Amino acid sequence: MSGLFDLVVSVVRVAVMLAFTLSLVPILVWAERKGAAYIQDRRGPNRAKILGLTLGGLFHPLADALKLLFKEDFIPDGAHRLFYQMAPMFALAPALMTFAVVPVGPPVVIAGREVALQVADLNVGILYIFAISGLAVYGVILAGWASNSKYPLLGGLRSSAQMISYEVSLGLSIIGLVMVFRSVRLSEIVASQGTLLWGIVPKWGVFVQPLGFLLFLVAVYAEANRTPFDLPEGESEIVAGFHTEYGSFKFSIFFMAEYVHMVVGSALIATLFFGGWQVPYLADSGFVLPGGAALGLPGPLVLLLRIGAFVGKLLFFAWLFIWVRWTIPRFRYDQVMRLGWKVLLPLSLANIFVTGLVLLLIGGGA
Amino acid sequence: MAIGVKKVARPRQMSGGETLYLLEILRGLGVTMGHLVRNVFRQENIATIEYPEVRRVMPPRFRGLHRLMRRPDGTPRCVACYCCATACPAVCITIVAGESPDPAVEKYPVRFDIDMLRCVFCGHCVEACPCDAIRMDTGWFTPPEHTREKLIYTIDMLLEK
Amino acid sequence: MEPILFIVFGAIAVGGSIMVVTRRHPLASALYLILTLFAVAALFVLRQAHFLAAIQVIVYAGAVVVLFIFVIMLINVPESRLPVERLTGVRFLAVIVAGLLILEGALVARRFGLAGTPAADSGSVEAVGRALFTDYLLAFEVTSVLLLAAVIGAIALAKKKI
Repeated sequence: MSGLFDLVVSVVRVAVMLAFTLSLVPILVWAERKGAAYIQDRRGPNRAKILGLTLGGLFHPLADALKLLFKEDFIPDGAHRLFYQMAPMFALAPALMTFAVVPVGPPVVIAGREVALQVADLNVGILYIFAISGLAVYGVILAGWASNSKYPLLGGLRSSAQMISYEVSLGLSIIGLVMVFRSVRLSEIVASQGTLLWGIVPKWGVFVQPLGFLLFLVAVYAEANRTPFDLPEGESEIVAGFHTEYGSFKFSIFFMAEYVHMVVGSALIATLFFGGWQVPYLADSGFVLPGGAALGLPGPLVLLLRIGAFVGKLLFFAWLFIWVRWTIPRFRYDQVMRLGWKVLLPLSLANIFVTGLVLLLIGGGA
Repeated sequence: MAIGVKKVARPRQMSGGETLYLLEILRGLGVTMGHLVRNVFRQENIATIEYPEVRRVMPPRFRGLHRLMRRPDGTPRCVACYCCATACPAVCITIVAGESPDPAVEKYPVRFDIDMLRCVFCGHCVEACPCDAIRMDTGWFTPPEHTREKLIYTIDMLLEK
Repeated sequence: MEPILFIVFGAIAVGGSIMVVTRRHPLASALYLILTLFAVAALFVLRQAHFLAAIQVIVYAGAVVVLFIFVIMLINVPESRLPVERLTGVRFLAVIVAGLLILEGALVARRFGLAGTPAADSGSVEAVGRALFTDYLLAFEVTSVLLLAAVIGAIALAKKKI
């Protein structure tokens, strides 16, 4: 009975997370196109209709997906057949796997048993994320090499160099956070962000580690290959970079991978630095303000508020990805390298040092 | 003219806050968000014309698709003099003349085809026409078609415009 | 369950490493190396060494092999111009050495017995950190000095004028 219960819970959790992540992709594609249009004083997609409804162009991602699905699936002459086919899978799978350790809400009690609202509560949570996200680069590299074409090769090269440079800062920018919350388990990090700092400010990662947050944000943008770090694509220089030779549904899988990366990146930023599912001043029983005022709320409403807070934070940071893309131009390659090695790396090391020093002085460590 | 020394304006040195980039990036984000919010609520700054439904108003002297004029009795004003076909630099006008039943008029065009794919919209045919039979004042340009044949406009099509 | 998983991942690791040395193109070798490293990480997980498994994937699969691939792609030798190895003697020796290694492993296991299942949290971050900074502090510090020397050596090699 308990074995069956666990199995059902696991399957449901995996299904819900997968459906959630993948269903965000078309919404983000729509937000990207429409947002870009409005930022650039255009109208954006508004033609695709179902039953005369356009819903502001929301059907365009659907139409695109259908078009890509029914296009001819080809392998270019001279491409490495196996690796060419594997590359899109390598790009999408790690992005989806990373979401497994992200907690979307507090543990809930179902049928007398505590169920964590995350697929897997690993005791090496953050390390798992870095391990899996580090593999995402292979999709790009494989695509670049297997296409047997010069521009994809250049894209793959850029991607591998960029990934190595920024993975270091990505990892080091988190160390300070881990030192403060004294855990690498994401559920514990989120749980400890529920307390208040000096009785007023919620103890979110961004308030205890502002520099770490900035470094992490920049590194996540670089890891997700988003502007201003989208050099592997670099359409003004190397056609379309690593996916130049890809068409039909293989291309759309790369496309999906990019947006899943955005979702995962936003989920991580929200979880690590913005309290995950925590709502400021919201305890299990209801709102408790620092002044002493309290507002009791029923348990299910609190749960819904918390999951809603997580989704809201996630969507905000996903929108930030889009917003930044249509604001900042792409870096030049040497600027990317200089920023990674000469700015982010020393800053993240200094951040660790200062965090350690402060923790030692106020006795938070030991 | 003697070769002088031209002082090129160098980009000024960035201040400390600008080299940090962060504040400047935030300002840039503010600019783009400003555009977005403005365009979501008031669409008057959007330059896009929703083409098939809304058509751009062309200036009055725009040389668009040709049309053939009619006399008050409805017959074509064209007398098949071949002036336009002679003037045409793109050789896109094909005229076959026929004897007019009206004794006051010598000839009329049996065929008057304009190949819109060859036409360069120079307006020489309009200038050349001695009896104001052809005009380019429809204010519209060649629409897309699926076949080349559909873009050879016959006399009936040109008279209807 | 655990023996089956061990056999599966062990087979993947062994098969992957055979592919690494037999593939003609270095990039294919590098990709099979990732597979091998992954299988070894899975074996670590089976022995409760979660931290080690994560580090294995981050450092080796995520960084070192990316560096290999970067170099392979940068040089990008066309397939027709790849050198053909004719080291049959060395290959023969390698098979013998591998056989001896397996024999030795079997003998050691027979002599000292197999270690039991480690405690569930013996491979967690806390346990590894505690062991690293108490029992193995000297080794840890010596290793970091070694790495520092390697970094300085790399800079000295790369930069002509310091």
